Amino acid sequence: MSFETQSPVIVAQKLSKRFGPVVAVDAIDFTVMPGSTVALLGGNGAGKTTTLAMLLGLLLPSDGEVRVFGEDMARHRFRVLRRMNFSSPYVDMPKRLSVLQNLTVYAHLYGLDRIKERIHAVCEGLNIEMLLKRDLGTLSAGQKTRVSIAKALLNEPALLLLDEPTASLDPDTADWVRGYLESYRAAHGMTIMLASHNMSEVERLCDRVIMMREGRIVDTGTPAALIEHYGRRSLEEVFLDIARNRRIGADNGVSTAAQ
Amino acid sequence: MTLHSGGKSALAGAWQRIGGMILRHVYVLRGSWPRVLELVYWPTMQMVLWGFITVFFREHSSWVAQAAGVLISAALLWDVLFRANLGIALPFMDEMWARNLGQLFVSPLRPHELVSALLIMSLIRTLISITPAALLAFPLYDVWVFSLGPSLIAFFANLMVLGWSVGLFFSALVLRLGLGAEGICWYGIFLLAPLSGVYYPIETLPAWLQPVAWGLPSAYVFEGMRAVLFENTFRLDLLLKAVGLNILYLLAATGFFLWMFRRARIRGLLLQQGE
Repeated sequence: MSFETQSPVIVAQKLSKRFGPVVAVDAIDFTVMPGSTVALLGGNGAGKTTTLAMLLGLLLPSDGEVRVFGEDMARHRFRVLRRMNFSSPYVDMPKRLSVLQNLTVYAHLYGLDRIKERIHAVCEGLNIEMLLKRDLGTLSAGQKTRVSIAKALLNEPALLLLDEPTASLDPDTADWVRGYLESYRAAHGMTIMLASHNMSEVERLCDRVIMMREGRIVDTGTPAALIEHYGRRSLEEVFLDIARNRRIGADNGVSTAAQ
Repeated sequence: MTLHSGGKSALAGAWQRIGGMILRHVYVLRGSWPRVLELVYWPTMQMVLWGFITVFFREHSSWVAQAAGVLISAALLWDVLFRANLGIALPFMDEMWARNLGQLFVSPLRPHELVSALLIMSLIRTLISITPAALLAFPLYDVWVFSLGPSLIAFFANLMVLGWSVGLFFSALVLRLGLGAEGICWYGIFLLAPLSGVYYPIETLPAWLQPVAWGLPSAYVFEGMRAVLFENTFRLDLLLKAVGLNILYLLAATGFFLWMFRRARIRGLLLQQGE
């Protein structure tokens, strides 16, 4: 896919976040082009979720800036939030409300018209129509994930941000979710940025990977290019090289031990 | 499918978002009869308790005998203040308990729209709370609170606004300090009770404390209520002072809430809240 003639959906420049003495994100630069799916990949504490939160405007950067659809998210995020959405297993919706009530509230917040039609269309696609009357708190993890994705697709976002979208899901449900996101993106051409440490998910969904460690970008490229560059057989091996700070072309002994 | 109608104005959009937030809390109330019962229960209990105290004083005290219903009216009006405060704080803490703040603020909902929705929910909850108790006072004690006439609306409105200010202030503190501090939303308001002269004139307080009391809009409201009940006089001067202070406090509390919200965005608290 060629993105060269289009403006980036996301531009992060010298983006930093410090919490007191802790540097969570350290002057990172990246762009995300329209229609692409980009992963922020890194271990726990690498700065992925912090970066996503700054992209959403939930967290104000200490330095640098984020532009989404050309708007500075620290100051003008309300100009673009209607065109974005977000899903994370770590950010809930009210458990005492039914799925339908939750989605209705969010449809209002996103300013949608013909709310019932839209909710039914999204829920039909995600195969959760039978859950609409159930309280969110009574659903399984897999069902909640699908509801969260339904909420994230309500406004047909041009940019979807996902934080570990298949965390805590069994392999079958996780595979279904990945397949759905793949086909939805193909049909609607939206841009996706996801934070994950699930290698198979990233290899399957993403055009490009941004590898992070200790708040910094340590490498970036397509999954295939990274695997080739590091001389490994899978993205998981590349991840381990980076997470353990091993150099490219490290001795086979270490590699073998890791296998 | 067109998801957004093109002609929607900014104001219409804001009202749809505020309406969405109100709907969210109406769903909670509608789906939980114990919550509605709790709303009605305490004001009714207050009214019953103070009603019997009034009956006793009516027979033993010439002061209260001059104005039957003063204690019941005071108890009900105090509950307006208490419920208005909780009407802000509880729906806000609902969002924190549900770990929903992160979801809300990645949507186009603006902080001042959330505040507007909380104010409207507070009004709804307070009306649900005190209306049954106010009506029940008539058959039980022959006290018709609505005989206060238009002044009742002025008292009610001023206590609502003070309750909003207190609720916003405490909600902002809970946002900053976390749910470990949620207790202040319940007991913090009682700091105002002795200073507001709910059941006695402000002159009863020690001289050094009276200037502090006169810094509260509620002190003017309860003095005004006694003026109506004892002297049949509506004191416009007291009302104007209450309104002036309320405007000041509501602006300060809203500013404090928005400032704490910004601090929460700096510290990453919107994603971390929850039980």
